[in-house]
Amino acid sequence: MRAIGRRYITIGIVTGVLALSACGSESKRSQSDNTVDSVTLTNRGSDTIVNLALAWAEAYHIVYPDVSISVTGGGSGTGIAAMINGTVDIANASRKMKDKEISNAKDNGFVPLEYAIARDGIAVIVHPQNPVNRLTLQQLSDIFSGKVTNWIDVGGEDRPIVCLSREVNSGTHVYFLETVVRMGNKKDETFFAPSTLLLPSSEGIISEVSHNPNAIGYDGLGYVTEAVKTIAVAPDYTSPYISPTIENVINNSYPISRSLYMYVSGEPTGYTKDYIDWIYSSEAQLIVKELGFVPVN
Amino acid sequence: MTSTKIFNGAHRNPLEFVVETLVRISGYSAVVFVALIFLFLIQESLPTFGEIHAGELWNQRWYPIENYFGILPLLSGSLIITLGAVLIAIPFGLMTAIYIAEIAPVWLREILKPLVEILGGIPSVVLGFLGITVLVPLVREVLYLPTGLTAFTGAVLLAGMAIPTIVSVAEDALDTVPNAYRDAALALGATHWQTIWRVTLPAARSGVLTATMLGIGRAIGETMTVMMVTGNAPQMASGMGSLFISLRTMTATIAAEMGEVANGSLHYHVLFSIGLILFLISLAINITASAVLFRTRRRTERLLS
Repeated sequence: MRAIGRRYITIGIVTGVLALSACGSESKRSQSDNTVDSVTLTNRGSDTIVNLALAWAEAYHIVYPDVSISVTGGGSGTGIAAMINGTVDIANASRKMKDKEISNAKDNGFVPLEYAIARDGIAVIVHPQNPVNRLTLQQLSDIFSGKVTNWIDVGGEDRPIVCLSREVNSGTHVYFLETVVRMGNKKDETFFAPSTLLLPSSEGIISEVSHNPNAIGYDGLGYVTEAVKTIAVAPDYTSPYISPTIENVINNSYPISRSLYMYVSGEPTGYTKDYIDWIYSSEAQLIVKELGFVPVN
Repeated sequence: MTSTKIFNGAHRNPLEFVVETLVRISGYSAVVFVALIFLFLIQESLPTFGEIHAGELWNQRWYPIENYFGILPLLSGSLIITLGAVLIAIPFGLMTAIYIAEIAPVWLREILKPLVEILGGIPSVVLGFLGITVLVPLVREVLYLPTGLTAFTGAVLLAGMAIPTIVSVAEDALDTVPNAYRDAALALGATHWQTIWRVTLPAARSGVLTATMLGIGRAIGETMTVMMVTGNAPQMASGMGSLFISLRTMTATIAAEMGEVANGSLHYHVLFSIGLILFLISLAINITASAVLFRTRRRTERLLS
């Protein structure tokens, strides 16, 4: 539900930005030859990135009022599909494009270029009253693949485990499958248990975990709130358990962290290039930090 | 066409001709649209069977990002949730209709009828939101389930959406039963309850049946609410006990995944195949309803003649 609400808010903000740009004063710069009218860049994809992209779009519009950026979510798969179909200027993805997707895009005449724009840790979250504080990757894999179904087997109370996951169009889902459920083994054929609940939004997972003491879920660090408890994770039994904090993602000790990407078609020019360059500025990377993600530089 | 020719002489006023043509086009348009949608669904779903064996669809694992396209969990999920909704909605809806039409005093009836119709106008997203915030925790705590995001929660909400339709149509049908029937029954010494159960309700049965079918139609096609509260886990449903686990419906699958797929991919075609199956199911429901209606109407005519 909240995802829908957020999408409407997104649309509202975008419309607002558009309206502002429409009635704004004359543009402060006319970089692209004779174009002085406002320009709209479309930016779609990962729900993990959508809040960050939105904050960037707003900040960028204040600095360059003649450029509006319309941001929509929908999941990494949605953004990449839009890139393949050529219906978006910048695609957001919380996973790398697959070889097949890149070749599909090339078949349609688009050459995706990848920019790592921020880093993100995936926090494993449980209800605040759940006594379990730490788990190994192997335990997490067993829980999410359905081999362990009671909290008592991983040091908790005698309660059934309810696994929550994002929908399959989410880059976070794919990343979690590869890194945690299959523990980085590409030949592994383990799946999420069929009983895993697939929720359409990050907020849906936070909301269910914060109310249900049986639940375990995962979410980008930027979405984690006080209402849920994060789990410290160790790569194996002999290693120390690491909490999902920004510091631990920066120093690469937290095992479930990844880069977030933006894709553009071909070498960017004009407004798109300016925007991508600006994203790497210290001003834009400060916003990354404010939203609970990790800057790239 | 013959009728046009007969009336052609009367076309003194060109406006009349225009209006008549417009009305005719509107009449045919529904048929044309349904046919076009059907053709489009077939065209977009047929490539599925060129790429994978039909047996792969008749499978129990739905995991499209790794090319597992078993639709059995989705099919069984939709059927169980719809069945659950119908089992709740029909008795409740019919009882409400009977109360409003036959038992309630006039002033109460004037209040109840519009209220039920307002209930029918509530957008499904709003109901889904209510479901998430109120019903989901309630179901978990009262029924001692591991999670409240279950098929049952979806069925209750769907019943809530189908009930206004059922009440409204069934109440209209009961209302059209001539008062002479009731008076005659009461004059023969039947109690109020016997009159309702043996005379009024059977006399209105075709309308009641339409109400039921419309309610089922509303339940099976609903997307938003079920996507928000059923948990969307693609596991096989087996029997009514599955109402209390999390299930994934066909409609929710299409809604959740259609935005992600690349045009023309296998996943895209499979989603259209699911759409085709949904289309055929509602077609079957409608045809059954009209067949039953037609039969009862003919019998009534025979009885009256």
